[in-house]
Amino acid sequence: MNVDLADLAARINNIAVVGLMMAGLFITFASGHLVKRLIGLSIFQTAIFVFFITMGKVTGGTAPILLPDERTPIYSNPLPSVLILTAIVVSVATLAVGLAIVVRIKEAYGSAETDDVAAADIALDADAQT
Amino acid sequence: MTSFDPSLAISAALLVLMIAAALAVVRTTNLFAVAILSAVYSLLCAVWFVVMDAIDVAFTEAAVGAGISTVLYLGALVHTGDRARRLGFMRLLGGAAAALLFGLAFILLVPFTPVFGDPQSPANTQVGLEYVHSTPVDIAVPNVVTAVLASYRGLDTFGEAAVIFTAGIAVVAILPRHRRRKKDAEDAA
Amino acid sequence: MTEARHLVLRISVKILTPLIVLFALYVQTHGEYGPGGGFQAGVLLASAVVAYGLVFGPAAATRLAPPVAAGVLAALGIVLYAATGAISPFIGGSFLDHDGIAEALQIQPTTGQHIGIVLVEWGVFFTVAGSMIAIFYAFMASPADEQTEDFDSDESEEAH
Repeated sequence: MNVDLADLAARINNIAVVGLMMAGLFITFASGHLVKRLIGLSIFQTAIFVFFITMGKVTGGTAPILLPDERTPIYSNPLPSVLILTAIVVSVATLAVGLAIVVRIKEAYGSAETDDVAAADIALDADAQT
Repeated sequence: MTSFDPSLAISAALLVLMIAAALAVVRTTNLFAVAILSAVYSLLCAVWFVVMDAIDVAFTEAAVGAGISTVLYLGALVHTGDRARRLGFMRLLGGAAAALLFGLAFILLVPFTPVFGDPQSPANTQVGLEYVHSTPVDIAVPNVVTAVLASYRGLDTFGEAAVIFTAGIAVVAILPRHRRRKKDAEDAA
Repeated sequence: MTEARHLVLRISVKILTPLIVLFALYVQTHGEYGPGGGFQAGVLLASAVVAYGLVFGPAAATRLAPPVAAGVLAALGIVLYAATGAISPFIGGSFLDHDGIAEALQIQPTTGQHIGIVLVEWGVFFTVAGSMIAIFYAFMASPADEQTEDFDSDESEEAH
């Protein structure tokens, strides 16, 4: 496999997206604290937003707000903007639901660490069996 | 390279900063610091969106990611405590394995993605840029993003609004109202 | 006690809150002409209430924007959005096709589209603002115990 450096440079945003996704995924998998897991998820989500917006950029383009006069510059693609605009607001709404559940878990189990919650569940099961 | 775009250089610099912020989140165990770091990350992301001509998205990210999200994190951390445990070895190994496998799979796909700013890429030759040409005729509103959001794809936006409303109801239903209950108990005692 | 400690914060938030609300309305009404629209304006309006609530306590914020009003606002937004979309089917168009509004009012199709977009954006604005304020109150209203007392003492201080 021969790698063309100029080719990679033109795709550097996509490589960065993979890096951001890996960071988000690592936080989500490795953290024990549920709030930190949600932060990892939102970093992962943002990586996807970045990927979409990268796709919509056109070289030499400008923001897709039409000029009032006859000039017709190159405009960037408005469609990814629309999709991600709504996705961002929905992501904060779902994040709020997630955090609310974490707060309830903390109240019920006395801890927001997954290890403690799992241990409490196992202990509960053992109690039920005896 | 004939068509070097200076915005690619700015974008690369911002993305490096974003990755640095994400790695700082990985390392930090004080969750209040993590919440602030994620606000920094969101602000960098908003600046990056401006460079990419998505100013509506940048506006939203700055208000939502750096504003409301941070407040929600802090609101949750008041209840859950601000200390995360250090990562155990097994967790570190599992997370690293998952992230590396995922990263490997996606990095192999990168050569097949469109290059930066390509007007001939699949994303830019389909319906997306059509909207720029049809908006002055059909709708006559300067901001194409608003036109697509509220008219061409109004049904999508209706769904999103419904999701936000539902999430609001869900949060109000999930979180208990301690305050009133506690006050009632005190009154009874 | 708290008043003396957070003097700068209190005064700056007092000045900023109406300005943020004004800016939210500006972003809302100019969404068709520049960056902005219902989503951004809704979040901005909510952030005004959030800033006020964080500095002056939920009791004061509740007087500014009652939780019930937030819920009603959110529901109203969805209803406004759906009602805007439901005009067109009466004429024989499809749901959320704003050309139907123009046909119903006997005006230019672009004007009908403009009316439809403005109504839809107001619907989004109400929904987002109402939901975000309701979410914020939900997180503020079930705090750890020591905070509860803080809020209550705040309330009684202001009552005197």
